Amino acid sequence: MLNYEGAAPLDLVFQALADPGRRVMVERLARGPASVSDLAAPLDMSLPAVMQHLQVLEASGLVRSEKVGRVRTCRIEPAGLRKAEAWIAGRRAMWERALDRLGEYLAAQDDPAHPRRKS
Amino acid sequence: MTKRSADHATFVIERTYSAAPARVFAAWSTAEAKAAWFVGPAGKWSVLERKLDFRVGGRERVRGAIAGGPVTDFDACYFDIVPNERIVYAYGMHLDDRRISVSLATIEFKPQGTGTRLVLTEQGVFLDGYDDAGSRERGTRGLLDQLEAALRQAA
Repeated sequence: MLNYEGAAPLDLVFQALADPGRRVMVERLARGPASVSDLAAPLDMSLPAVMQHLQVLEASGLVRSEKVGRVRTCRIEPAGLRKAEAWIAGRRAMWERALDRLGEYLAAQDDPAHPRRKS
Repeated sequence: MTKRSADHATFVIERTYSAAPARVFAAWSTAEAKAAWFVGPAGKWSVLERKLDFRVGGRERVRGAIAGGPVTDFDACYFDIVPNERIVYAYGMHLDDRRISVSLATIEFKPQGTGTRLVLTEQGVFLDGYDDAGSRERGTRGLLDQLEAALRQAA
């Protein structure tokens, strides 16, 4: 499940991909699930640093991880991203249209001679 | 058979209007004003039913037909109203007889200079993966294109 706490989800995706280390992690996961130590192997960074990057990737909805026993397995999550992102995009578009019209309506009240003028 | 699913999401939209909070609020609280802007896609949507009982516990219903498409049904119940400041309502959306989502909408009207900053927060559950009159698919395509471009750039 995705929970963005109000942040713009696409911003989180781009933010997540802005870091070269995280891109290496995404490229690795695009080939299949991997443990945190698998992800850390090609990177010159500590395990806690890798965990922090993993948290950013998870917050963006790009990656999901699950701990079984002592091993945390990470996988790419395009499906979850697609569903929730697409729903948000659709509903946002509906609201953007409505709020544009609200602006036109308010402007028309100010200036009845030009009812379609934008504020 | 319908494949069942429930996906949760939250988003925020902010707008600034030059009109004062009382006037922006009035555009939400009276049926006549709301009918001027709270409508379906321009030129493709015609209203079938519109009712607004703007008080705590009151209901709102807006049904309309998309040309060559389904009937849209917005069914809301108001839970919190602070005049000129805040509105909270829950609403369900149907396409024909399929319930596609249930949401909680919070509209905040904040003074900004002589105008208003409107903050709309929607928290919802999107049911059974139904296409929101095509916009879901367009949203998906746009997103995947952007993601692909970002990954290509990164490579």
